[in-house]
Amino acid sequence: MNRYPVWKYAIIVIALLVGVVYTLPNFYGEAPAVQVASVKATVTVDAALQQRVETALADADVQPLSIALENGSIRARFDKEDEQLKAKGVIERVLIPDSSDPSYVVALNLISRSPAWLTALHAKPMYLGLDLRGGVHFTLQVDMQAALTKRTEALTSDVRLALRDKKIRHGGVNREGQSLEVRLQDEATATTVRNLIVDTMPDLQANVVSTGGAYVVRANIKPESLRSVQEQALKQNITTLHNRINELGVAEPVIQQQGADRIVVQLPGVQDPAQAKDILGRTATLEVRMVDESSDARAAEIGSGPVPFGSEKYSDPHGQSIVVKKQVILTGENLNDAQPGFDSQTHEATVNLTLDGKGANIFKDVTRENIGKRMAILLFEKGKGQVVTAPVIRSEIGGGRVQISGSMSTKEASDTSLLLRAGSLAAPMEIIEEYTIGPSMGKENVEAGIKSIVGGFIAIAVFMCIYYMIFGVVSTIALGVNVLLLLAILSMLQATLTLPGIAAMALAIGVAIDSNVLINERVREELRAGASPQAAIHAGYEHAWHTILDSNVTTLIVGLALLAFGSGPVRGFAVVHCIGILTSMFSAVFFSRGLVNLWYGRRKKLKSVSIGQVWKPEGEDVRSVASAKR
Amino acid sequence: MEFFRIKKDIPFMKYALVLNAISVLTFVLAVFFLTTRGLHLSVEFTGGTVMQVAYEQPADVGKIREQVASLGYQDILVQNVGSADRVMIRLPIEKGVTTAQQGEKVLGALKAADPGVTLLRSEFVGPSVGEELVHGGLMALGAVVLGIVLYLAIRFEWKFGVAAAVANLHDVVIILGFFAFFQWEFSLAVLAGVLAVLGYSVNESVVIFDRIREAFRKFRKLDTPEVIDHAITSTMSRTIITHASTEAMVLSMFLFGGASLHYFALALTIGILFGIYSSVFVAAAIAMWLGVKREDLVKVSQKDLDPNDPNAGASV
Repeated sequence: MNRYPVWKYAIIVIALLVGVVYTLPNFYGEAPAVQVASVKATVTVDAALQQRVETALADADVQPLSIALENGSIRARFDKEDEQLKAKGVIERVLIPDSSDPSYVVALNLISRSPAWLTALHAKPMYLGLDLRGGVHFTLQVDMQAALTKRTEALTSDVRLALRDKKIRHGGVNREGQSLEVRLQDEATATTVRNLIVDTMPDLQANVVSTGGAYVVRANIKPESLRSVQEQALKQNITTLHNRINELGVAEPVIQQQGADRIVVQLPGVQDPAQAKDILGRTATLEVRMVDESSDARAAEIGSGPVPFGSEKYSDPHGQSIVVKKQVILTGENLNDAQPGFDSQTHEATVNLTLDGKGANIFKDVTRENIGKRMAILLFEKGKGQVVTAPVIRSEIGGGRVQISGSMSTKEASDTSLLLRAGSLAAPMEIIEEYTIGPSMGKENVEAGIKSIVGGFIAIAVFMCIYYMIFGVVSTIALGVNVLLLLAILSMLQATLTLPGIAAMALAIGVAIDSNVLINERVREELRAGASPQAAIHAGYEHAWHTILDSNVTTLIVGLALLAFGSGPVRGFAVVHCIGILTSMFSAVFFSRGLVNLWYGRRKKLKSVSIGQVWKPEGEDVRSVASAKR
Repeated sequence: MEFFRIKKDIPFMKYALVLNAISVLTFVLAVFFLTTRGLHLSVEFTGGTVMQVAYEQPADVGKIREQVASLGYQDILVQNVGSADRVMIRLPIEKGVTTAQQGEKVLGALKAADPGVTLLRSEFVGPSVGEELVHGGLMALGAVVLGIVLYLAIRFEWKFGVAAAVANLHDVVIILGFFAFFQWEFSLAVLAGVLAVLGYSVNESVVIFDRIREAFRKFRKLDTPEVIDHAITSTMSRTIITHASTEAMVLSMFLFGGASLHYFALALTIGILFGIYSSVFVAAAIAMWLGVKREDLVKVSQKDLDPNDPNAGASV
């Protein structure tokens, strides 16, 4: 009656093996490493770069333990910290010839020391939260109203242009909050305008309102477009943040969307929030200027003369110099969007810019006067400018839609449009939450957490073994397996371990013992009632299982509610709590039964069970003995 | 070893009325302190700035308070945490200045007075985040109560669901009452602890309910209070051992967990103590007063009848 079929033991063995394999990486600790990432959107990190890094290290006689290309960055692991520092110097010398204009960032990092075969199995250590390793955390709130206003503003000028093209007389096009209004004289024109807006601008919905003799066409952004505007704004802000944070040289930044309008930025290891904030809040500016095409400027470009007065020299992504005039035609403020695309006639890759009304007017005038000349688009960051692209003007461009084409690959086109967009934020952001945790504090938190888990575990284990004898040993082993599986699942999920998570782990151990106690007490009760040892074990587990299921499901309901509605630390707590309940059901019921079966199940004539003293009441009190009334 | 040698069922339900009167009193007191004193909410809820700094030597809290106050702040809190060389500073929200700027200003002033000061941790939180946390916490509480009542109604009977939910809220309010009375800092971690107590306490109630159901099936002659008494008595040793084990863990967190887990462990301790009490007296008694009957739990069908029951299957 107390025997498990082979397949159940097979499940147990497999679960244990998987548990050990995925828990292991957490115990190897971390090795010093150097991480190389790209700072510029136009520069990519690829296998060729990895080759360069490898050769550079080999030349300098520094042997990395491993070197790998992962998530767009190269990570080289070293044995000791001085080797790490030496390697950083070597790599910097090779990859960054000009320290005032770096294309790469070389950062110090820590990478798990776990052997390659574990990594190959995707067994990775848990990611430690900032409270356990120190760093800076920001929560940024994106001002969606501003993003919508900007979009409405852009659409307002589009409508104005469209009306001018169609030569429709109107009493003014204005933005009123998040909607735009066109004043018109008569109803017929109003209907025409409404139809024009609905037909040509898919983002808008419009209707005619008549107020005291005057007619107004009121247009709003459609709800679905509204959503996409917000999503776009958030996405662009995240991209921009990525580009900026890369420059900080943070080893593993976390930049995540949270909810509909928030972005969480975590910078492990950064101790100076002021510097981080500077970079997060930095604004890049975009400028459109004319290329200086005088012969003096040409000479300056090839380096055989001074830059003419009133002009400046910049370089383009290919490293070529271009001399441009100081006079600024347009700035990024007038640029609404930049997207890669294709020319329908030549099938060339293009970058399509959308300008606002003011920008469109200026652009029209400038292009009319400068056909055949070159125009440069520059991006300024930290006061340093770079020419993104410098196309030749082929014809007058009106309407605010600019197409830049020329010998560009699709990749270059998408990189360029990314650069143009990434320069600025789609909507302003505000830091609403920030915390900094020193590295010593992080270390202390880890130590305190581990100490409290180990302390509690030992206390419980000692008690269980004394009180329940062999069944107590089984319970203790089951409890150990519970911890093992919990750690393994958390590592598998690559969950972020935080201090509340550790607290939940400690609490999970405390609660998990409940199942074991329920079982052991039940077995004792059955023995007390006079059941044979084998029957007592069987009935004890059977009865306890029903109780354990009910009580754990209710606890799980609480855990899930916390997971659904909690945020931050509460969530970190809830994840561990929920997983802990599941693993404790497995270990306390399935696994411990397996152990007991292994120990007692094979013995046909079992006389007694080692579960501590089973006291039988003397006399005949009916209610105290469960079976007396049966 | 055997701790519990209980010969007779302990007549818990005999004292139910008296103890529940005490319970109601405690509850009312807790609500009273919550409304009059309120919770000493941490920065996560109120918004504002909290900094923890470490000095190389024992810090002079009074002098630090002066230094911070000289920057023009009122209503600041400066206190030692953990050891003599560690100080926590709390500043309220200031209009027009971001909390982050506040923090830098204060750290600058402290550094000017003593260059040996290092920043251990700082938190700057805007008030909007706090509002959402309160909202999220209440939503979670609502979902928990609803979920528990539903589940217990399906698995047992609605009366048990209601009883467990009332007992649960009783525990939560009393923990909050403690935090209000002693003005302990109520942080997000404590909130997590309080919500965990919800699960813990209901777990306790369910174990007893389970036994009540079983006892109803087994002992046909006992009336409801006797069944409840039997159920509680027979789970007594499990109750004590389980809670002692959990408390051992929580105590370990309290002793070794450092300042961060201090109040979390404290909330759990109160929760565990009141969890036992409320499942025994509040939950079981409410279920009794709601009129739980054998018929509610024992579906009379041939399959459910206990074959060992001498009265079973006797039909004419």
